[in-house]
Amino acid sequence: MRSFSLIDFVSLFAALRWTVALVVLALLLGAPLALGLALGRISRFAGLRWAMAALIQVIQSVPLLGLLFFFYFGMPVFLGVQVPALIAVTVAYTLYTAAFLGEIWRGGLEAVKQAQWEASACLGLSAWQQFRHIIAPQALRLSLPPTVGFLVQLIKGTSLASILGFVELARAGQVVSAATFQPLLTYALVAAIYFALCLPLTLWSRSLEARLDGSR
Amino acid sequence: MNFLPLWRYQNQLIDGAIITLELTVISALAGLVIGIAGAVALKGRITPLRWLVRGYIELFRNTPSLIQIFIVFFVLPNFGLKLPAFEAAAVALSLYFGAYSVEIIRAGLDSIPRSQVEAGQCLGLSGWQVFRHIILPPALRNAYPAVTSQFVLLLLGTSLASQVATDELFHVAGFIESRTYRSFEVYAVICAVYFAMAMSFKALFAVIALAAFRWPRRR
Repeated sequence: MRSFSLIDFVSLFAALRWTVALVVLALLLGAPLALGLALGRISRFAGLRWAMAALIQVIQSVPLLGLLFFFYFGMPVFLGVQVPALIAVTVAYTLYTAAFLGEIWRGGLEAVKQAQWEASACLGLSAWQQFRHIIAPQALRLSLPPTVGFLVQLIKGTSLASILGFVELARAGQVVSAATFQPLLTYALVAAIYFALCLPLTLWSRSLEARLDGSR
Repeated sequence: MNFLPLWRYQNQLIDGAIITLELTVISALAGLVIGIAGAVALKGRITPLRWLVRGYIELFRNTPSLIQIFIVFFVLPNFGLKLPAFEAAAVALSLYFGAYSVEIIRAGLDSIPRSQVEAGQCLGLSGWQVFRHIILPPALRNAYPAVTSQFVLLLLGTSLASQVATDELFHVAGFIESRTYRSFEVYAVICAVYFAMAMSFKALFAVIALAAFRWPRRR
């Protein structure tokens, strides 16, 4: 048994990089997918609307932990090759992000009145121009606070990658706790780091909600 | 892909699902009690108590549930409070669910315009009657969607209890995997079971909402 020292502190912060990397990857890959899902959900084609709704429903009704294990063990089955843990968990977090953000953004898009589409069509804007210049800015205003709120869920959710042995903050905490026999100090420190990451986002989301009040 | 070896583990799967449901219901009920008490405290006049509840909410909503379970299970024994796995998970999940419930219930109570309370008082209703007949029914309807979706998230979140060896559904998955080595098949089945449970609850809540909140929204 050894005492908790500077090196343990450093190893927690080194692992924090991977927590941040997972969040950034999930957002970069998940956001475009989420936009596609949201647009599919408000599409004119009923079949597309149903398919997207079903996809979102499935992902949201399965535990994130289950999603992670499904892709961790499933990717070799589907692809026939072993993939690194990083890729498997990235796929799972990307789909998780896409489903939740897609649903949030659909809510934002639907909250913009139908008349806004019609008015911009009357001005001779193309479908893309209507979306890009008229609808999207208003929808963004409405969906920004819950989007930031979801970011907090995502950061907390990356702790589950530890269960697959992926060394991010929570996993580093387990390792340090086991090495030093100081669970109190270690887990308090890990919780404090997550708290320091999430609280500013929570407060930001709340101030956005007050400032960009949808009802005005 | 071969699902056949899993067939003989049906009973373990059912037992695991039952423990998952128990954990969910117990945590949800305890969390709702915390939520109601917290919302009342937030509306109350005692400032230190309000600060305490605020601190509790922010602390539990901004740290991962997994770490909270670890702290209850691994850290509390240092203070002489040694809980078995199921109880530790239930305590951690109740506190997590409670932190969200406080905000949901407070928002539900806040959604009732002050003028309705005054109108009730003008009709000569007592304080309790105003609460029971004017505030509670619409507040319940407004909070209902958020509470039920949080409940489904709790159901899915109980899978984390497997990490402190609570023998709920996800832990059963690990057991079957270690016996059969059919990792992918096991987790595919487990995901399907969670999906079925989550969809059943969503359908149940939708039916309850149809039956319980029949009065019109606007007139």
